[in-house]
Amino acid sequence: MTAAARPRDLAGRVAGGLLHRWLPPAVLVAGWEAATRAAESPFFPPPSAIAARMRDLWFSGPASRLFLSAEAGDSIAPSLARMGLALLLSVAAGVVLGLALGRSERALAYLEPLLQFARVIPPPTMVPVFVVLFQLGTQMQVASIVFGAVWPILLNTADGVRSVDALQMDTANAFRLSAAERIRFVIVPSALPKIFAGLRLALSLSLILMVFSELLPGTSDGLGFQLTYAQSASDVPTIWAVIVLLGVLGYLFNSILLAVERRVLSWRRGTSNSQ
Amino acid sequence: MAMLQITGLTHSYGGDHGVLGGIDLTVPDGRLVSIVGPSGCGKSTLLRCIAGLIRPTGGTLTLDGSPIDGVPDDLAVVFQDYSRSLFPWLTVRDNVALPLRRRGMSRPERRAAAQEALESVGLPDAGRRYPWQLSGGMQQRVSIARALAYRPSLMLMDEPFGSVDAQTREDLEDLLLQVHRTQKMTILLVTHDIDESVYVGDRVVVLNRSPARVHADLDVDLPASRDQIETRGLPEFVRLRAEVGRLVRGGGRSPGAEPADTGTASDIVTDE
Repeated sequence: MTAAARPRDLAGRVAGGLLHRWLPPAVLVAGWEAATRAAESPFFPPPSAIAARMRDLWFSGPASRLFLSAEAGDSIAPSLARMGLALLLSVAAGVVLGLALGRSERALAYLEPLLQFARVIPPPTMVPVFVVLFQLGTQMQVASIVFGAVWPILLNTADGVRSVDALQMDTANAFRLSAAERIRFVIVPSALPKIFAGLRLALSLSLILMVFSELLPGTSDGLGFQLTYAQSASDVPTIWAVIVLLGVLGYLFNSILLAVERRVLSWRRGTSNSQ
Repeated sequence: MAMLQITGLTHSYGGDHGVLGGIDLTVPDGRLVSIVGPSGCGKSTLLRCIAGLIRPTGGTLTLDGSPIDGVPDDLAVVFQDYSRSLFPWLTVRDNVALPLRRRGMSRPERRAAAQEALESVGLPDAGRRYPWQLSGGMQQRVSIARALAYRPSLMLMDEPFGSVDAQTREDLEDLLLQVHRTQKMTILLVTHDIDESVYVGDRVVVLNRSPARVHADLDVDLPASRDQIETRGLPEFVRLRAEVGRLVRGGGRSPGAEPADTGTASDIVTDE
């Protein structure tokens, strides 16, 4: 292969990759469009109608606001803010507690059954409890999301911390690294792949719980609220618009997280290749 | 430089089978002492006790007169398994510079010291790369550079050249000799390679099988400047190698030398 031929090959490969990636969804959407148009069911509007509704609802604003409408500010923004805040709290609590538990065999031995128990409780069932404990609205919603999202981060962090290579710890000890240096330069980097695995789980859980917590009484904004409102008004295209938007957001967040993970854990590519 | 004194050192990992059975050893300032013995005889345990990574069950260890309790301040360790002892998420330079944080050096000072250490092991251009981008021999050079940058008075090496090919091994042995000549420090090298123990050592300490005791302690009377081909051909080298080999296999010292306590020779299996 000559050097000149290489860029075209690469471009061809990228285009081919994109084609493989987007061809199945494109075919699916086209089939969906054809089927719904033929059926003319009021419950199954065609994707083109859903897209039009999404544009009208959220993306009809002025260019200065990135085309986001006032409605987007009432539904998408509060939902994302809750989810973001809850994820942040989950990461902070999960990583800190996971570090502590992973470093202490005894604490883990005492608490692991309890943690596993708390983890398997379906978070939605805790919502009535949170309704009593917290103010209705954002506080209760954030608490519900945190209660679901914190476990995978906590348990994965503890697991990652516990499995730090013994020789790496010996090295850290032999060079007398301080406790803070050990955490920052040895334990956290070594546990980071596991922490990211927990984060991916927490991300999808928090999206689910975000919508669920907004379906409850005491909510006046957010995507979940928009969904219940549309349901009571039999506004089928809006229901579909919210569903599709949630799918798109989930996909987007996951892609962003994967990109961050690839960048942060770039050193792993080399080590996994050599092993 | 440091003087290490070990008296009656015993250790067992629970149960009554001891790994170290009362080791007495004095390593004077600035010497390079090889410790050799059959595999599984407790060489690494001895080294970990000296490094303060394991608390021995009995006996005393002193470094420059003060007892070793926890990891001594001026001590660096080079482990055999460089791929696990170097941190894969840090660049080569950051790996070398990491232990210097507690030396109270500023960031530019740490970087300069790391670069200097990397140059002294023949890796002036490797600083920005990651350990896994280097060959095994180069990675072990980085481990040595990390130990050197730390400026220890005592450097412990646990079979440091056990996982590299023969040619690289010889290069690293010569690097070690050069380091020992130019930087004043006491070096303790654990190895199961009899040739290596004689080639790099000022002194060779032979341990017998567990519970380990000092089986023999030989001075290496070879010229200070050593050469892989020439030194290994010297009659004295050949004689010492044969002697150490015999001792490692559990034999007594050759005629004319003091008899040593051999224990039971029959159950001793040698490594490789």
